[in-house]
Amino acid sequence: MSAPGKTSPHAAMSQDVHARPGRSAHAPTGTAKVVRALLRKELLVELRTLESIPGMSLFAVTTFVVFHFALNQDTVSGQEAAGILWVTLLFAAMLGVNRLFVADADQGGFDGFLLAPVDRTALLIAKAIALLAYLLVLELIAVPAFGLLLLGPPLGQALPGLLAPLALGDIGVAAIGTLVAALAVRTRARDLLGPLLALPLLVPIVIGCARASAPLFYATRVGGDGNPPLRWLGTLALYDLVFGLIAYAVFDFLLED
Amino acid sequence: MRRPSLRVLSIATIAAFCVSLSLVFFYAPIEAEEGFLQKIFYLHVPLAIVTLCGFVIGGLCAIAHLRTRDQRWDLRSYVAIHMSLIFGVAVLITGSIWARGSWGHWWVWSEPTLVSFLIIMLLYATYQPLRFAIEDPERQARYASVFAITAGAFVPMNFLAVRLSASYLHPRVLGSSSNLPAPMALTFLVSLAAVALLFATLCTYELAAKRTRILLKARSRILGYQS
Repeated sequence: MSAPGKTSPHAAMSQDVHARPGRSAHAPTGTAKVVRALLRKELLVELRTLESIPGMSLFAVTTFVVFHFALNQDTVSGQEAAGILWVTLLFAAMLGVNRLFVADADQGGFDGFLLAPVDRTALLIAKAIALLAYLLVLELIAVPAFGLLLLGPPLGQALPGLLAPLALGDIGVAAIGTLVAALAVRTRARDLLGPLLALPLLVPIVIGCARASAPLFYATRVGGDGNPPLRWLGTLALYDLVFGLIAYAVFDFLLED
Repeated sequence: MRRPSLRVLSIATIAAFCVSLSLVFFYAPIEAEEGFLQKIFYLHVPLAIVTLCGFVIGGLCAIAHLRTRDQRWDLRSYVAIHMSLIFGVAVLITGSIWARGSWGHWWVWSEPTLVSFLIIMLLYATYQPLRFAIEDPERQARYASVFAITAGAFVPMNFLAVRLSASYLHPRVLGSSSNLPAPMALTFLVSLAAVALLFATLCTYELAAKRTRILLKARSRILGYQS
């Protein structure tokens, strides 16, 4: 966190440098504005290079095919279905997590960001939102594919209840994934360390999501009203909150050189 | 200053272990259901408690390191986590033996404490690979501290999540010391003190060794030796 007194002269200077006609030169470089700029850059880079999302989606669909042959089953249901869906989503998310900071580390993105007189937490927030967006697109493809390829009961009946676990799971994966990606990216074995660090941290998310979505995947309802158990949603929300706060607290220390 | 404290700690540890082992084998009553096997409880549970405390202490030292930027706090954090990892392996082995003896399987998924412990060990097993994959010493210390804080906070969260997921198939007769008969509770507390002392002693030894090595390196650099 940068002290406001320390950065204000720099902030004023950079605004002078970047002031363009038609834009207010006196607008403060608030965190929200920085986050928006970073997020825009992140999504633009992804749209132009298409490095993460197609790979993640293809990986998820391929994994469903692998599961079909590995389990030798045409359809799955219940806890088994929830497990396959969440393991696949998690491993596909790992691909995105591994790539999240690679361009910044290799092509000077970190240096450029550190030179700018802005709050460093903005990078965490922007990256987490970008990862969240990747995960949403991944799920837009992977969940229907799962319903088509493997799920026994129709997806339509499970989908409304599935939204809450998916959203809470995504937030948790985005928070933990961003933190872990930043930790691993400047090490020698970053491709190896990223998943090794992230998977144990994500076990509680898998527990919560798989348990919350399992009752939705039975052909006939086994008790309950079609909503995921609130106990698991509460646990997931608490976990997301705690790790969001931890990531917020420690992220600055990863960006100090 | 350092030597007497090491000697005192070592003697205290040996004495505590003599007392605790005699209590375990000659004073504590044989448990009615599990018989002699239950004695492993006096080793396994203290080891587990000390290991988890060591992980959390590592996280607290890491907070101190990030606040003060004093490399000594990073060294303490490293030593606490390193020693906890070694103790943790012993916890998993003794836990496995206990599970085999009382439930007939080397590994029991329905025992939430054991499962959470394994997940925590898997996480901390990446501490050293992460640390030593970073060359710059200052950044190494900083990243290791960030990891130690995150993982330290993960320890209680993980226990909560795994405990929620378990459906208490096995009644946990001796899971906590709250409902123990007095002789067993006394033996347990003495064993806990002995294991905690052992942890402190080994940490002090490792810290002393690490500091000496750092000092030697600095001296030999002054004298111009190539090390």
